[in-house]
Amino acid sequence: MTGFFDLPTIWAFVIAFAVFAYVVMDGFDLGLGILFPGFKPGPERSRVMNTVAPVWDGNETWLVLGGGGLMAAFPLAYAIVLPALYAPIIAMLLGLIFRGVAFEFRWRDPRHRRTWDIAFTAGSIVATFAQGVTLGALLQGIAVEGRAYAGGWWDWLTPFSLLVGASLVIGYALLGATWLIMKTDGVLQLKCYTLARNLGIVTLICMATVSAATPFLSGAYYEAWFAWPRVLFTAQVPLLVLICTVVFFIGLRRGWEFMPFLMALAFFTLGLIGLGVSIFPHVVPQAVTIWQAAAPDDSLIFMLVGAVVLIPIILAYTGYAYWVFRGKTGHEGYH
Amino acid sequence: MFEQADAVLLARIQFAFTVSFHFIFPAFSIGLASYLAVLEALWLKTGRDVYLGLFKYWLKIFALAFGMGVVSGIVMSYQFGTNWSVFSDKAGPVIGPLMAYEVMTAFFLEAGFLGVMLFGMNRVGRGLHFAATLAVAVGTFISAFWILSANSWMQTPAGFSINEVGQFVPESWLEIIFNPSFPYRLVHTVLAAYLTTALVVGAVGAWHLLRDRANEGARVMFSMAMGLVMVAAPIQIFAGDMHGLNTLEHQPAKVMAMEGHFQSHPDGAPLILFGIPDQERATVDYEISIPKASSLILKHDLNAPLDGLETVDRADWPYVPIVFWSFRIMVGLGFLMLALGGFGLLARLRGNLHQSRPLHRFALLMGPAGFVAVIAGWVTTEVGRQPFTVYGLLRTAQSASPLDAPAVAASLLAFILVYFIVFGAGTIYILKLMAKPPQITGPAGDMEDDAQPPVRAAGITPASSVSTGRAIGGQHGTHEGGPRR
Ligand code: HDD
Ligand code: HEM
Ligand code: HEM
Repeated sequence: MTGFFDLPTIWAFVIAFAVFAYVVMDGFDLGLGILFPGFKPGPERSRVMNTVAPVWDGNETWLVLGGGGLMAAFPLAYAIVLPALYAPIIAMLLGLIFRGVAFEFRWRDPRHRRTWDIAFTAGSIVATFAQGVTLGALLQGIAVEGRAYAGGWWDWLTPFSLLVGASLVIGYALLGATWLIMKTDGVLQLKCYTLARNLGIVTLICMATVSAATPFLSGAYYEAWFAWPRVLFTAQVPLLVLICTVVFFIGLRRGWEFMPFLMALAFFTLGLIGLGVSIFPHVVPQAVTIWQAAAPDDSLIFMLVGAVVLIPIILAYTGYAYWVFRGKTGHEGYH
Repeated sequence: MFEQADAVLLARIQFAFTVSFHFIFPAFSIGLASYLAVLEALWLKTGRDVYLGLFKYWLKIFALAFGMGVVSGIVMSYQFGTNWSVFSDKAGPVIGPLMAYEVMTAFFLEAGFLGVMLFGMNRVGRGLHFAATLAVAVGTFISAFWILSANSWMQTPAGFSINEVGQFVPESWLEIIFNPSFPYRLVHTVLAAYLTTALVVGAVGAWHLLRDRANEGARVMFSMAMGLVMVAAPIQIFAGDMHGLNTLEHQPAKVMAMEGHFQSHPDGAPLILFGIPDQERATVDYEISIPKASSLILKHDLNAPLDGLETVDRADWPYVPIVFWSFRIMVGLGFLMLALGGFGLLARLRGNLHQSRPLHRFALLMGPAGFVAVIAGWVTTEVGRQPFTVYGLLRTAQSASPLDAPAVAASLLAFILVYFIVFGAGTIYILKLMAKPPQITGPAGDMEDDAQPPVRAAGITPASSVSTGRAIGGQHGTHEGGPRR
């Protein structure tokens, strides 16, 4: 194994960060879409949508950075993974189209507002489910031969990938519900507390099932988790999940507004760390390592210079945008 | 019928379809973002209500166009991997970083400040709001910079070497970014976006002037648009000519296809105005041409020799009829735009810019011309560089993903269906907004959005009408920091 903090490793972390930022930020946007039919048409739905209307585009941009970054830093991985996961990725893109335009279209066409609300929900569910399936399919491994994908176009479809897809839908819905607890008040907020509790329970069950299944997908994953002395480190992950679970439910019971969202984020963070434990140092699980897939150093350095300067700036003005729209959304609108 | 077609052809159709649809929106939003920045600047400087009214009017339209640009763009960034995986593997180390820079310098900037631009006026105050509008406008330009650099590198590759696994690897980033065709393509494409926007704004102004010559908003937007067309159209023709000379140097086969020159002309080549190219027989039928004029344009010498496609290996020919026709459509529309600019100038000098019905009708007809010219231009560029993706080095047929034809056929059908439904609806909404006359009346209530009265009454501002109707100097005259009307 090459040195630990060489360029490909740094880039693996940058891309993992982009994916993380995408999942937590677009996660709650998509979650609102998933929960949307549960809200009453009229002011309630408008309010729910307005909590994310000014920021969703920025949130989605992390997906472009994840995809674009993968192409730039690990072109071989990008070239293998995307054809392998062709159907779920196209489904995700189509889903994102519907939910993205719904933000504008529903205001422009009151007569068909219901239709665009359905598009918002269906688009969010399809995109989320497809992202989960993509992840599941990656984890279970894809056939590689030489520098290309060597399987068929239905290989991704297994009970495991469907399980991960469904889990992600529940998980994003949880993020959405806890986000709304922060951004709303009154009856709507009460509704979200209940939603968050139920979704929290199901999310945790899903997480447990997926986690339990993963080590048995391949011997390598089993090793990554249970080999001595790694297990001393990896055992912390489920332990932390347990602690967060307790805080999450206490927060809900006591009516805390921020803690449930933070704990939902923590579940996702820990889930991603868990994924990292399973996959690293591969970029195409079980097939291609980050060193095999990495672009030449010249490319990685050129981008790293930009990333080091620009990503903090991006985070700063993204933070600013959230700050501008801080507080409860609704009664005073955005005036 | 899809069963027989091979996967590569389907992938090409899919790429061409999705990218052409995508580019329609940037062509409009690059220009419109700048126009909005100009309008807001004029408003801040002069305090005249008409500029604020126009700003609000076009902001709604911008929000729609931009949203469609974003969702269709995300598709593009994944298409490289899904449909052109071999290309991505090989060219990724060079064009991947350019696109990563596009995301980091442009997309985040646009997306981050779009929210403030649309919803934030009363939260951040005028100065910061204007800064947000500027950030979005600059972001669209930076985005054009990087993506055109990537595309130009594929047309005229430079500053790279090839490693042992066949990947293009960077040698000099300066040479890669500023590759030989990039400056020309950047100027030509950004001007094209400005022209496209000016033509749309002009057509909307003309439409309302035809109904009501006294509408102040329509008068101002028409005048601004005609001014821009007058200036930009001649520059664009000049830039296009320079671009052609650059192409002649680096991609001569493309120019041969544009000109319809199958045969070489050792003593002065004719300019073919019209004709029907026949790729099989390598002739142009029913040709109407001006002797030696092509040599004059391309070499600035009546008798300069010009090679034809017969000097190029037939396996490397682009498909001539498409290139030939798309080029003529673009150039023809370019001259029509020049004529429009000229009429506009004449009318302005005569003082009847806002009265001349023939001028208004002409401007109305030219409304969509920018979009057609822009797509025709890209078709010329892209079909003309076939059969390569990286010119001269990587063939399109060798760039494709190892996919089964049915997979690509299914996704192509899905894209066609979804794009026509979604972007068709979006276009209708934009046209409906344009059909409303711009109203520049008193301070409050001017841009009432009929979409939501009840919601409003409840005090909840709908997302996009905030953008436009109210947030900006809307009804609440007393909000701190917000604009005072
Ligand atoms: C000359 C300009 C230009 C060209 C040739 C392209 N685009 Fe584009 N693109 C833009 C100019 C632009 C823009 C002006 O920046 C957009 C349009 C509307 C918008 O929202 O941003 C945009 C949006 C946009 C987005 C969404 C950004 C976001 O999330 O905010 C993506 C991912 C892409 N594009 C990707 C591409 C790819 C992969 C292209 C090539 C195949 C491409 N674009 C051609
Ligand atoms: C937005 C403006 C653009 C338009 C309208 C456009 C249009 C087209 C068209 C019509 C084709 C098909 C040519 C053929 O199959 O004969 C094509 C091919 C291609 N274009 Fe572009 N293009 C644009 C921008 C870009 C950019 C910016 C890139 C790269 C960064 C790019 C990369 C490609 C590639 C890889 C192909 C090869 C696939 C193929 O041959 O179909 N294009 N494009
Ligand atoms: C009338 C004079 C014009 C001339 C002589 C001209 C010339 C050219 C040439 C030679 C190309 C292909 C370059 C290459 O692929 O290497 C091109 C491409 C293009 N043209 Fe034009 N053009 C003209 C007008 C216009 C107008 C009016 C528009 C739009 C409003 C336009 C938009 C484009 C676009 C978007 C491209 C593709 C991008 C690029 O390669 O720059 N052109 N033009």
